[in-house]
Amino acid sequence: MKILVCIKQVPASNQVRVDEETGVLIRDGVSAKMNPYDLFALEFALQLKERFSCEVDVLTMGPLQAKSVLNEAVYMGADRGVLLSDRKFAGADVIATSYTLAQGIKATGSYDLILCGKQTTDGDTGQVGPEMAEFLGVEHVSNVFEVLFVNEEKMLVKVNFEHHTYEQEIRYPCLLTIEKEANIPRLPSYKRKKQTTDDVISVLSLEDFTDKDPSHYGLNGSETSVERIFSPEKNDDRIMLSGEPSEQVQALYALLKERHVF
Amino acid sequence: MKYNRLTQENREDILNILQNSKDVLFGDEISNDYKHDEMEGIHGEPECVVRVHTTQEVSAVVRYANEHRIPVLARGSGSGLVGAAVPIHGGIIIDLKDMNRILELDEDNLTVTIQPGVLLMELAQFATEHGYMYPPDPGEKSATVGGNISTNAGGMRAVKYGVTRDYVRGLTVVLPTGEILTTGGKIVKNSSGYDLKDLFIGAEGTLGIITEAVMKLVPLPAHSISLLIPYMKINDCMDTVPKLIRSGLAPTAIEFMQSEVIRHSETFLGKNFPDKSGDAYLLLTFDGEDQDYLEKQYEAAAELCLECGALDVFLVDTDERKDSVWSARSAFLEAIKASTDMMDECDVVVPRSEIAPFIAYIAEASEQSALRIPYFGHAGDGNLHIYLCRDGLEETEWIQRRDHAFKLLYDHAKSVGGLVSGEHGIGYVKKPYMRESLGDNVLDLMRGIKKVFDPNSIMNPDKLFDLED
Repeated sequence: MKILVCIKQVPASNQVRVDEETGVLIRDGVSAKMNPYDLFALEFALQLKERFSCEVDVLTMGPLQAKSVLNEAVYMGADRGVLLSDRKFAGADVIATSYTLAQGIKATGSYDLILCGKQTTDGDTGQVGPEMAEFLGVEHVSNVFEVLFVNEEKMLVKVNFEHHTYEQEIRYPCLLTIEKEANIPRLPSYKRKKQTTDDVISVLSLEDFTDKDPSHYGLNGSETSVERIFSPEKNDDRIMLSGEPSEQVQALYALLKERHVF
Repeated sequence: MKYNRLTQENREDILNILQNSKDVLFGDEISNDYKHDEMEGIHGEPECVVRVHTTQEVSAVVRYANEHRIPVLARGSGSGLVGAAVPIHGGIIIDLKDMNRILELDEDNLTVTIQPGVLLMELAQFATEHGYMYPPDPGEKSATVGGNISTNAGGMRAVKYGVTRDYVRGLTVVLPTGEILTTGGKIVKNSSGYDLKDLFIGAEGTLGIITEAVMKLVPLPAHSISLLIPYMKINDCMDTVPKLIRSGLAPTAIEFMQSEVIRHSETFLGKNFPDKSGDAYLLLTFDGEDQDYLEKQYEAAAELCLECGALDVFLVDTDERKDSVWSARSAFLEAIKASTDMMDECDVVVPRSEIAPFIAYIAEASEQSALRIPYFGHAGDGNLHIYLCRDGLEETEWIQRRDHAFKLLYDHAKSVGGLVSGEHGIGYVKKPYMRESLGDNVLDLMRGIKKVFDPNSIMNPDKLFDLED
């Protein structure tokens, strides 16, 4: 079985500033890390690797610096990484990103199982995984948090929706997006870091894709454009209750009543 | 020492002093939380609790208590582990939790002035938000800084940054007579006679009540990384520690943990630890301004650990990874507590070179006393937290085995140059062990100091040492 995990490099801190004029995230000088949701997808893959003899590749799109996030996945246990990097990919919205990733996957090889985090901490749409599956023409399930059964042909997974769960059987090839806290992601190993050589990461550009039409990628290939991004206003209004717990409860009750909460 | 019980007249006087009856509690109004600390082994019955808001209020209450020979006791979050904040002679508890304001950040002097009820986590967060670090990092983040000063709490970063004492620049203290004293200040140096400030630090509220503190801050390091290092053999793990210290590397923390304690933590938190390969672990942290320098530091440490028999070295470099490892570490005390019906603790500190043989001795003490004794600790500063678990033993048997184990551990610590407490203090329950460890001459000097400050012995009496030996 061959597994591919799609990962993304995101700002390491959630205190990201936005350029007021351009509405673009200020990424300069902000250190980056692997999207925390992708860690669960990667761990999901690595646990399957421990049970079956399968290969785990990781894929990302971004500038050359994004190699570090692929390396990090290798230190955790992935076998090799693929970076999709081309200036023509820049400025992509959800659909152009999904299309680029799908093209990249086709150029890389065929996979039985493609895994994504359920969303990212910067874009937060949760749409790239499913859209990619549509472009690839494979079945997909979102918000998977447990595997109930798995063999070389299919798997039975448990899916989390906020107020209910359901079980779904799905045959390979397929794409799953993995729910937050579906597992405890392992840590990167210094021993693996030492053993990792440069050739473990390959870089692909538009030239390597089947569809080489630049108008399908990046800003040109995007159906949507962002009008404005801004940080929400912070509201620090608060009332601190003090005293004995019983007094605090009474004060809270009075406060809620005063505000007609009930 | 004979103390007076509160009369109706006393109650009325105290109500008059505070001028707000909501801040004065008597009898049944006093919740059980005031009658014990985190260890719950020692109970006291306060006759009155006053919730104070100003130094002047503290002064007025203490002056009154002194005049009427009523014991007074300062209390913060009540997260102590040795009964220091338990009113064993009754009297008045002065609850400082509401004195929780951060008064001033002085960026020219790199100090922050706070009231004693500010919580450790609040001070740490405040410092971080302003680009500074308050380095002392004891495990109990909901403890008050006043309490931290009173026990000279240490924490995980002591290896590089030192302990609470190293970050106290000045104190405002209400003396047992009610007099208000300011000692130290925003000054960096001080060669002006006895440094009284240092007497109040670690005095566990026996010499005065801290009502304001000027604390030192340092610039916030731009980067930090932790390494989680599993070992199959506990000896290999512990033998790494002196080599790390000798290596010239400067970790901020060198924590040691057993897999048994990690399992307790997993059960307690309902959350798995990110690695299960080792029987013992070291957890190192490095911080610094320069990413490349930091990388060189941690790589050198990683190589050294592998040479010493580590199975691997895991990188804990993002907020999520730090949380997955450090949340388990922070829950150890509560997790061990939840694994048994009752426990007692030994917070012994030994020279760092003695850590490995001391840990080997814990197994011996466990066998000899027939008690389960899990432990963890700050390997980098020689401070171990050792827990004696009752595990359903009948009362007499428990006390006998516990006292036997304590004697073995404290005697052994003394024989290798160690002391009774590294950071939790002496309070009420560790008095005999400190006496045994320090000897009567030292204790007599301490009693003499106590008498100068507190001639009537009204302030947190019978803590640290017996007054009437």
